[in-house]
Amino acid sequence: MIRLEHVSFRYEDMVMQFDAAFPPDSLTAIIGPSGSGKSTLLNLIAGFETPGTGRVLIDGVDVTALAPDQRPVSMIFQDNNVFAHLDLWKNVAIGIAPSLKLDAAQRALVEAALGKVGLGALAQRLPGEISGGERQRVAIARALVRDKPVLLLDEPFAALGPALRRGMLDLLMDMQKERALTVLMVSHQPEDAEYAASHTAFLEDGRIVALKPTPELLASSELPGLARYLGDWRS
Amino acid sequence: MITATPSRAPALLALAFLGLAIAAGFLPVLWLGAAQGFSRFDGYIIRVLIFTLMQAGLSTAISIGIGLPLARALARRQAFLGRGAIIRLLNLPLALPAIVVIIGIIEVHGAQGWLGGVFEIYGLQGILLAHVFFNFPLAARLMLAELERIPAESWKLAAQLGLKPLDIWRLVEWPQLRGSLPGIALLIFLLCAASFAIVLTLGGGPRATTLEVAIYQALRADFDPQRAAVLALVQLALCASLALLAQRFGGLMPGWPPLRTMPRRYDGQGAAKRVSDGSLIAVALLLLLPPLLAIAVSGLAQFRVTMMLLQALATSLALGSSSALLAFALAWPLSSRAARSPIWRRWSGLWVLAAWIVPPAVLATGWFIALISYAGVGGLSVFLVIAMNALMALPFVYQSLSPAMAQSAEAHDRLCASLGLGGWNRFRRIDLPSLKKPIGLSLVMALILSLGDLTAISLFGTQDFVTLPALIYRQMGSYRFDEAGGTALLLAMLVLALTALAERWSAAK
Repeated sequence: MIRLEHVSFRYEDMVMQFDAAFPPDSLTAIIGPSGSGKSTLLNLIAGFETPGTGRVLIDGVDVTALAPDQRPVSMIFQDNNVFAHLDLWKNVAIGIAPSLKLDAAQRALVEAALGKVGLGALAQRLPGEISGGERQRVAIARALVRDKPVLLLDEPFAALGPALRRGMLDLLMDMQKERALTVLMVSHQPEDAEYAASHTAFLEDGRIVALKPTPELLASSELPGLARYLGDWRS
Repeated sequence: MITATPSRAPALLALAFLGLAIAAGFLPVLWLGAAQGFSRFDGYIIRVLIFTLMQAGLSTAISIGIGLPLARALARRQAFLGRGAIIRLLNLPLALPAIVVIIGIIEVHGAQGWLGGVFEIYGLQGILLAHVFFNFPLAARLMLAELERIPAESWKLAAQLGLKPLDIWRLVEWPQLRGSLPGIALLIFLLCAASFAIVLTLGGGPRATTLEVAIYQALRADFDPQRAAVLALVQLALCASLALLAQRFGGLMPGWPPLRTMPRRYDGQGAAKRVSDGSLIAVALLLLLPPLLAIAVSGLAQFRVTMMLLQALATSLALGSSSALLAFALAWPLSSRAARSPIWRRWSGLWVLAAWIVPPAVLATGWFIALISYAGVGGLSVFLVIAMNALMALPFVYQSLSPAMAQSAEAHDRLCASLGLGGWNRFRRIDLPSLKKPIGLSLVMALILSLGDLTAISLFGTQDFVTLPALIYRQMGSYRFDEAGGTALLLAMLVLALTALAERWSAAK
């Protein structure tokens, strides 16, 4: 589904090199130390960065030269996923039409998405009037109405407490199954990967060092960098 | 504890001086102005008021009309060669004394100027030209800082949703600017409503005069304190309400906002947008550069060291440093108390704000009226100029000292208390060395302000002492523009050298 072929990207004096095929129709977690290139990897797939060399393919189509809005991708950031002056309904509707002029069917889509993430009753609120977790739900609802086959998340739940995070992961897993999405999620929490991701990629120094089924990767002992990064997280 | 917290006496003294100076400006105006009642509120005053509002309104509208698209263009174009230099150039006009810039504008747009004949330089057009020259860079700079605060994710979101330029304006840029625009507009309106040097030199007689200049004429040319008092009352009401309104919108006295690293932009990559942004930036440069170049070019050609020039330089430096020291002597004890007591913070802040709100010409009117019955102002003029310049600089000095003072109090108070270190010894051993930079910065800022002052020196100056701005005005008045150009260059260099020094100090903080 998502393939990076000999993609290289220079950031200041660091050269990153990505070569990978992410499993389709599944949720893959991306872990690794700060500065290892996790966000850059997502930015390259979403089109916010252009590789120096190599190709990015989504569903067999070369998207390397396409603008972000031409790619079949939605992305959710850690913060600032909403426009603060638009109410929740508009923040979701903008995913369908920036003019915010929707027909009846599109309106129904927005309402269904808001209902799905549990914000149906808050549609007229402004983002400033709801909690951080609810704001992330708005971003998920927008991804629902955009209905793109690829969903990228850059530490989306980092600011949330454990219980709230678990709830969000459940929502995300439902969505992935229902729509057969290919999801990449950057996270710093190995337990999130263990709970939600069928596969996990470990990044180090701008390279994908390992990409395996999650239980296998988290149990593996032959990667010293991974052991250093994880520490004894189970204790 | 008592020994370590600075004593109240100097702060009370400073507050008393401040209160006296403002009351002496304010009360006589109120008293004499109210005594005149509406009988003196005649057609002339109404015409002056209307012209004041009209030129300030037009200046504000044009400044924002140029500044806003320029800020958007500069925000969108993040990495062209010379971007940093252009942004620094935007800071330049406000750093220069108005009278210096006026020389540059006359050299370019005057009848014999490089672009002579495009604008009618004396009268409304000239006033607008000069006000816009000062204020469109200010507007652009403040709005650029506002645009830079848009989070990086918003630009990514806009790119992913495929927002068109109009959508980006409607959904990203305008919501960010909306909040600060009233404050910026009010600030510019206030600066233009109270501007003195530009209207004095470029205004064309009673047709094109503002309240501030009309007060000066009533006091110095017509010797009509009653009329001055009525004008001053109107000016006070206008400026005070504008300042309080601007204060509410957070637009009062903004420092130059720090430049942030601008988040990456994904829009505006098309050729058409590049060309339109490029042309906008070019237009801004065409407005900004010629007068600045003219100051340098004609100034260099005409520069002669004369006795008069040297005398004016010495007078300027002496007056400037005296008023800087006076402003510091007032601001130091006030900010020192304010750092330690909420009540003092409120009161000091209030009086400092008052010093900013009461326009210089209003203060001058009050002082004139108060002193007429005694000796007149002649013998006191040096002190009045120094005091007025100190008051005009006080808000800026106070503003730059206060945060450093609060930090120092937080860091040193308990240690000093335990060591029994207080008073002069503490000032000399602890505060002075640790606050060297903010102190230096505040002194230099006050010096820059009074070096460029034409208001106080025009209102109170005599034949006997002439500062550099007063000399330029005099040389212009006797049509010796070549000499005025040389003097303006000297003043510009002096002020820019001090500004560079201040910038270095504030950066090193």
